[in-house]
Amino acid sequence: MTFAFYLAAAVALVATTLVITRLNLIHALLYLIVSQLAIAVAFLCLGAPFAAALEVILYAGAILVLFVFVVMTLNLGSAVREESEWLTRQAWIGPAILGLVLLGEVVWLLTAGTGLAGTSTAAEPVGPVAVGRALFGEYVLATELAGMLLLAGLVGAFHLGRRTRPDTGEPPGEGSR
Amino acid sequence: MSSVPLEHVLVLAALLFALGVVALLVRRNAVFMLLAIEIMLNAAGLAFIAAGARWGQPAGQVMFVFILAMAAAEVAVGLALVIRLRRLFGTVDTDAAGEMKG
Repeated sequence: MTFAFYLAAAVALVATTLVITRLNLIHALLYLIVSQLAIAVAFLCLGAPFAAALEVILYAGAILVLFVFVVMTLNLGSAVREESEWLTRQAWIGPAILGLVLLGEVVWLLTAGTGLAGTSTAAEPVGPVAVGRALFGEYVLATELAGMLLLAGLVGAFHLGRRTRPDTGEPPGEGSR
Repeated sequence: MSSVPLEHVLVLAALLFALGVVALLVRRNAVFMLLAIEIMLNAAGLAFIAAGARWGQPAGQVMFVFILAMAAAEVAVGLALVIRLRRLFGTVDTDAAGEMKG
């Protein structure tokens, strides 16, 4: 199980690096699916089978399929050409340095002087029953708030995504009737 | 179960988060910026799962479920904004939306 975790971690890191360097969006999306499947394996190794299933079904299955649909709707051939013009090696230097500094800081804090060193994740696996009991017992208020957030997201996405007439900004067919 | 040290999992989460930050800073394509946010949220979820596994509590997975719900709502609104951007400016380059009108 330990070896599987490190293998999945390596796959996730390589796939994520490929995601952020691709020019073609569909390629990046497919690599992101690989990365999230690898993270799901890591969840399984950490004793969280319910989270691993959710990662596959919701992240890789639903959210990224939504991305794929939108990319197909947008027809982004021109964006790839535009981006390939300015996305040179120099464009990566500044953000990469900033990211490395922050990463070094976090890793240093994690490994030095926090008392984390040597603690292992070898507790008992937490199954779906325990998660469900916590979700609808202790955290029921937060669960309802998450439901309201999803409703707000649904209404917001519908409002932003509806088709409008270019001249008035009204939805088609409402102002003319 | 596995005996992966906690700090190794947290370092993996930090690495994934840093990759997301770099992508968010470098890219100007709005869809790629949303992907970078997804990567960062995923890394945060991994840290929660690791903490839950450390103490054998379901709270870590509960927080992961909340992050998942939040990511779904964020992606729906974000992609609607991208479609809007494309309709208004004919591009998904976020620099096109640099003016405060329309």
